Amino acid sequence: MKKRKVLLRAYLLGMLFLLLLWQAAASLVQLPIIPEPCLVFERLGEIFVDKIAVHAAYSLWRIVAGILLAVLVGYPLGIIMGYFRKADRYLAPLVYLTYPVPKIALLPILMLLAGIGELSKIIMIFLIVVFQIVVALRDGIRGIPAETYYPLYSLGAGFRQVFRHILVPATLPNFITAIRVAMATAVSVLFFTETFGTQYGMGYFIMDAWLRVNYLEMYTGIVILSLLGLLLFGLLDILEGRLCRWQMK
Amino acid sequence: MIEVKNLAVAYQRLQQRNIALQDVSLTVPQGTVCAVIGPSGCGKSTLLKAVAGLLHDYSGQVRINGHEFNPQKLRIGFMPQNYGLLPWQTVEDNIKLACRIKDGWSEAKSGKMQELCRKLGLENLLARYPQELSGGQQQRVSLARVFLLEPDILLMDEPFSALDAITREEMQDVFRDLWEEAGITTMLVTHYVEEALYLGQQIALMSANPGTIAEVMENKWQGSREWKTTTEFFVKSQELKEKIKAMGARKR
Repeated sequence: MKKRKVLLRAYLLGMLFLLLLWQAAASLVQLPIIPEPCLVFERLGEIFVDKIAVHAAYSLWRIVAGILLAVLVGYPLGIIMGYFRKADRYLAPLVYLTYPVPKIALLPILMLLAGIGELSKIIMIFLIVVFQIVVALRDGIRGIPAETYYPLYSLGAGFRQVFRHILVPATLPNFITAIRVAMATAVSVLFFTETFGTQYGMGYFIMDAWLRVNYLEMYTGIVILSLLGLLLFGLLDILEGRLCRWQMK
Repeated sequence: MIEVKNLAVAYQRLQQRNIALQDVSLTVPQGTVCAVIGPSGCGKSTLLKAVAGLLHDYSGQVRINGHEFNPQKLRIGFMPQNYGLLPWQTVEDNIKLACRIKDGWSEAKSGKMQELCRKLGLENLLARYPQELSGGQQQRVSLARVFLLEPDILLMDEPFSALDAITREEMQDVFRDLWEEAGITTMLVTHYVEEALYLGQQIALMSANPGTIAEVMENKWQGSREWKTTTEFFVKSQELKEKIKAMGARKR
């Protein structure tokens, strides 16, 4: 309980610090391009339910779908590459060749193949996130000392048991870190992909407000994106606390 | 009974073929402890790994209780140097692990587990994680795990080497008490001569380069606390140390 209070206080202090910084910048510049935070929050209260909520829901859905798809593909691939050296020998060159390609550059092709709707946006997030998951899991498994497996191998344990008792728990911290890094990337990518081919999503909302020179609404969108990130990161922290209890000791 | 016949292990390193073990033959009779001792790098741990089924690339024969080695059918208790505890599992789960893997956990084993934990003083540590325990406590958890399994054979790779002198002696006594009740055929790799003399009914002395069994000695005083304080024990341990030193020098 005490720990939770300390954590909450740290979050609140962080927010307060950012707000003070924002307020100072607004007071210093005195231009509509940096409005005062109190005005932005006032506007947010007015338009959240009617205007922003639907855009936030669309963005959240795209992030979750893209990351889920990346986990579905990347998790088994990372485990296979980390545990089976032979598989890694053949798959690693493929990963190394495709990982550095800027996926955003593939967006035109993706839009032609998957359309300009939901699918291309989700696939774009998937493409960017999946490599991070694969590499984090593979390296996580490689970092497990050989001796960890000995008691299980000497008992004749099969892959299923090794997977359950060693691979999953040992790679969990790496996996969660990969998701955490991927999440931030996903939000940035999402913003870009939502600027065309859709009328929903936080990217669309912010760009639309900017083009209408409605800076107050533009800032409400930025605040919502930031809060979305806070929510997702917070959920991951809770998940990590529950699943990796042994690491906190 | 553990029977090792003409065991040879070689490995490739930087285009050079190194022979780790050559023509190793050793028989550990049923219900005895064989302490394997020798200079550093003589292949003690490699021998243990071969018996545990952790090495596949070897020639020769390893037979357990008269049968070809088969980890699926056998119950092998293996205690590595670092205790082999999984840091993400609580003490309770670590103790249950070997049984879970071998035949699944059943409540019938709870009684035996409770008894073992009481003997080893682990009752109040069950909810903790290994990293919250001292080296001696981790060692106790590892012992509880292998003795709960009731293995056909027990293989220990320098199990007490990471402990301080006092805890090491204490743990040797704990092991000896458990072993006397269970009477499991045990192969114990150690680099402590005193440990070999105290715990091994049979002492297999290995020489290095290539690793092989140089001598097997019978030790009728095994397990006797009184013997540990006698001059004879001291003389015997000095003799053994001299032999190991000579083997190490020959290696160079």
